[in-house]
Amino acid sequence: MSLDGKWSDLPIIQRRFFIYTLAATLVFALLLLRIWYLQVVSYDDLQERSIRNRTRMLSLDAPRGPIFDRNGELLVDSRPAFQISVMRQDVEDRVQLLQSLAELLDVDVADLEQRWQEGRRFPVYRPIPLASDVSREMMERVQEHSFDLPGVIIEVLPIRDYLNGGEAAHLIGYLGEITEDELRSAEFLDYRGGDFVGKTALERAFEPYLRGHKGERLVEVDVKGKLMRQLQMESPRPGSKVYLTIDEELQQAAGSAFGEESGAAVALDVKTGDVLAMVSRPTFDPALFAKGIAADEWNALAKDKRFPLQNKVIAGQYPPGSTFKMIVALAAMREGIAGPEHKVYCDGAYEVGGSRYRCWKRHGHGETDMIKALRESCDVWFYEVGLELGIDKLSQAAREFGLGAPVGYPLPGEKSGVMPSQEWKHDRYNKPWYAGETVIASIGQGFVLATPLQLAVMTAALANQGNVLKPNVISRVEDWDGNVLLQSEPEVVRSLSYSRQAWDTVRKGMIQVVNDQRGTGTYAHLEEATVAGKSGTSQVVRRKSDEEEEVEEEDGKIPYRFRPHALFVAYAPAEKPEIAVAVVVEHGESGGRAAGPVAQKIIQRYLELKVQRAAQSGEEP
Amino acid sequence: MIDRRLIINFDWVLLLIVIALAGVGILNLYSATLSWGAMSAPLYLKQGLWLLGGVLIALFICLFDYRHLEYFATHFYVLSIGMLVFVLTLGHTSMGATRWINLGFFNLQPSEVIKLAVVLVLARIFSRTVTLQGYSFFELWLPAFLILLPVVLILKQPDLGTALMVIFIAGSMLLFAGVRRKTLLALFILGLIAVSAGWFGLHDYQRARVMTFLNPEADPLGSGYHIIQSKIAVGSGGLVGKGFAQGSQSQLSFLPERHTDFAFSVFAEEWGFAGCLVLLTCYLFMIAWGLYIARQASDRFGMFLALGVTAMTFWHIVVNLGMVIGLLPVVGVPLPLFSYGGTSMVTTMIGVGLLMNVSMRRFMF
Repeated sequence: MSLDGKWSDLPIIQRRFFIYTLAATLVFALLLLRIWYLQVVSYDDLQERSIRNRTRMLSLDAPRGPIFDRNGELLVDSRPAFQISVMRQDVEDRVQLLQSLAELLDVDVADLEQRWQEGRRFPVYRPIPLASDVSREMMERVQEHSFDLPGVIIEVLPIRDYLNGGEAAHLIGYLGEITEDELRSAEFLDYRGGDFVGKTALERAFEPYLRGHKGERLVEVDVKGKLMRQLQMESPRPGSKVYLTIDEELQQAAGSAFGEESGAAVALDVKTGDVLAMVSRPTFDPALFAKGIAADEWNALAKDKRFPLQNKVIAGQYPPGSTFKMIVALAAMREGIAGPEHKVYCDGAYEVGGSRYRCWKRHGHGETDMIKALRESCDVWFYEVGLELGIDKLSQAAREFGLGAPVGYPLPGEKSGVMPSQEWKHDRYNKPWYAGETVIASIGQGFVLATPLQLAVMTAALANQGNVLKPNVISRVEDWDGNVLLQSEPEVVRSLSYSRQAWDTVRKGMIQVVNDQRGTGTYAHLEEATVAGKSGTSQVVRRKSDEEEEVEEEDGKIPYRFRPHALFVAYAPAEKPEIAVAVVVEHGESGGRAAGPVAQKIIQRYLELKVQRAAQSGEEP
Repeated sequence: MIDRRLIINFDWVLLLIVIALAGVGILNLYSATLSWGAMSAPLYLKQGLWLLGGVLIALFICLFDYRHLEYFATHFYVLSIGMLVFVLTLGHTSMGATRWINLGFFNLQPSEVIKLAVVLVLARIFSRTVTLQGYSFFELWLPAFLILLPVVLILKQPDLGTALMVIFIAGSMLLFAGVRRKTLLALFILGLIAVSAGWFGLHDYQRARVMTFLNPEADPLGSGYHIIQSKIAVGSGGLVGKGFAQGSQSQLSFLPERHTDFAFSVFAEEWGFAGCLVLLTCYLFMIAWGLYIARQASDRFGMFLALGVTAMTFWHIVVNLGMVIGLLPVVGVPLPLFSYGGTSMVTTMIGVGLLMNVSMRRFMF
């Protein structure tokens, strides 16, 4: 091959250049075809995937609906609370971070560690809450150190706010984090882990009304899930407003009247059945639950022998004792067993089938008629009349008054109490009924058990002379546009027919209980209005023998758990009743002395408030 | 040394297209690294300095006649092989592979340098021994040895991508020089045997990359992540793109290695098909211009030199683009003038300098 002339001018080499140029062009065309395929043909799919890559929907918790009393007084609200949370993917050294945070917040580092572990089930872009509802001071301290705390953020979240120190806690109930089981159930379909839901009472039963609508935030995140900016936002809508039948001021008065004792008190409007106040003692602080209750706090409440978490108004079951005697008297009159003038001689005890049943008054009441028997709570009179009446008639009358079955409390948790009959005993124990059991049932002891609410319903029916009312605690539910979603109406469950004379005799007896010097309920006496009432002192454990009784009485006092319960039922004003009250002081020993004053103070406050409000509304126009 | 004809024949077209491409690349780097926040020396500025340095090197290369290089080709080749051996024994290890020599201000990658050395040494051999009949199998022992020696050393690092690049570049030159039909068939069969034997010699990560390339969706968060995110970035760019610095895949860091191997994905996401069409046309023009320079070269050494440099650029572009758009496995080959990196920029600019050198001396004998 000669080197003369350019080698590349040879046709064969020229062809090779042409082929190479063509090949390069074809390869580039192929690349462009592929790019076309991605950018034009697959555009919709890949574009959507790029959007899914970078956007996240965050939900914003809605404030729970507020709860008001019957007069529109705010009882429970939602307030913004500072929460210290952490974005996992921004954390460099977890141990170090939790350590510094624990020092700043003055909490145990193990607690923070536990909350971190619990929060790991959330998706990465969701912050893990480490400390809920911290004070502004704490929040500012964390903010100052934010540079040394990478990943720590301060969130503002709605939290339940109890404006009156958690009064009526048992009626309202408490909140708690949603459980795995709840999350799986159909009722909580659109909830997610970490949400707070109503766990008991009103908060539980009215969850659908109270929860509100969550808001949503569409945000842009980077590859680590770090929040870059907000794209869209829909604000959360707070839950609906619930108005109770409770009168906040009366509720406060009932609570403070109770003092440190255990037990329950409930006040009803005798015309409507509205619950005006309900107190259960001891109580608990629902605010502890609002931010997630600590294990030791929970254990202290759950293990307390005095059952602070139980609403004793509806779930405490007590022998009604002498507060039951009006039923016996009314039934006896209806059945023609004993009229008002029916006399029994009380010598302090009554004998049936070889057993002696004592009157509470050791030496007896002597010659006793119905009024006196009620006034001075003569047990012997009722033993004899009750026995004559028979357990089944007695049971029927009591059931008509609402005992022995739930009275229709609108929220969950109501107990039915016990009103025994021959059939009941046969079903329950497969044993025949004994006469002695009728004797003690006649003074509200033995098998008989009633809740304070049942006693209040009974008392209201005695006051209004025949209407057994359905007790009500919810007045209405309203949304934020003023639409009424639920409105409760007074409901008469049963109308009882007794003669006028029968009603009047019982009323007279109850008036004398409180207003006669010989009465057992003089502690409930009021100057402002006539109070009609009945005391009750019911045995907690049956004393088997006198010897045993003596053993128990060490240093002149019976041990607390064996002391009898003190009960008092009352209504006022006696001539034109408006309010009925039932009080149980657990182990209060004397119905008149321990429970009477509580009933008295509730009624007194009721009357005061009525005068005050009348004066106020009089001034306004 | 420099006479007037050289100035007149200076290849402005090549210089302009190269600077234009590198300029777009720097702009793209600016966008790709925007999310990194303020840095004392932003990458796009560093890349700008590398470009400046690269242009100076290219101009310097134009100062002397490329024909002197024919003499130095062997020395340069031996030196490069030495560096490769040095790297294998004493080099810096990064991500499981040993590839760099630390020169203090900059990490030198001998596997980049060897590509130029192979181009030079093959240009020398082919220009001297080429015939119109083409090479026979036994005439190829020297070129084959000179090609396979660095390939084996690079595979040892291990760096499959660069080893394949060397084979592609050398193959392109050899094919152009001409091989007899039977020899071609024999080489093809040998190649097939080598590939199937090589599969078992591959490192696990290399095999995983090939498998991932075949089915990226099988492991979307692991080794398939790069390809999937890159395809999403390119595809979501659509016809006209999301706009400069507006690509969510790149700005929010879903796209990995976006300043180096996946720089093109950033561009595709933000400029769309329209941008890609223009960019690829520019690259193709650069390749075609390189072939034109080879064709116009005044001697065979110049022709093979220009052809080799053009092949080198071509294969880098094709393998990188093929990789980021999911046509080829992820092998870690930078896109010339676009991916961040001093070695790549300098190697490319040395190549450009050689092309310009050949181009401006096309009328000189």
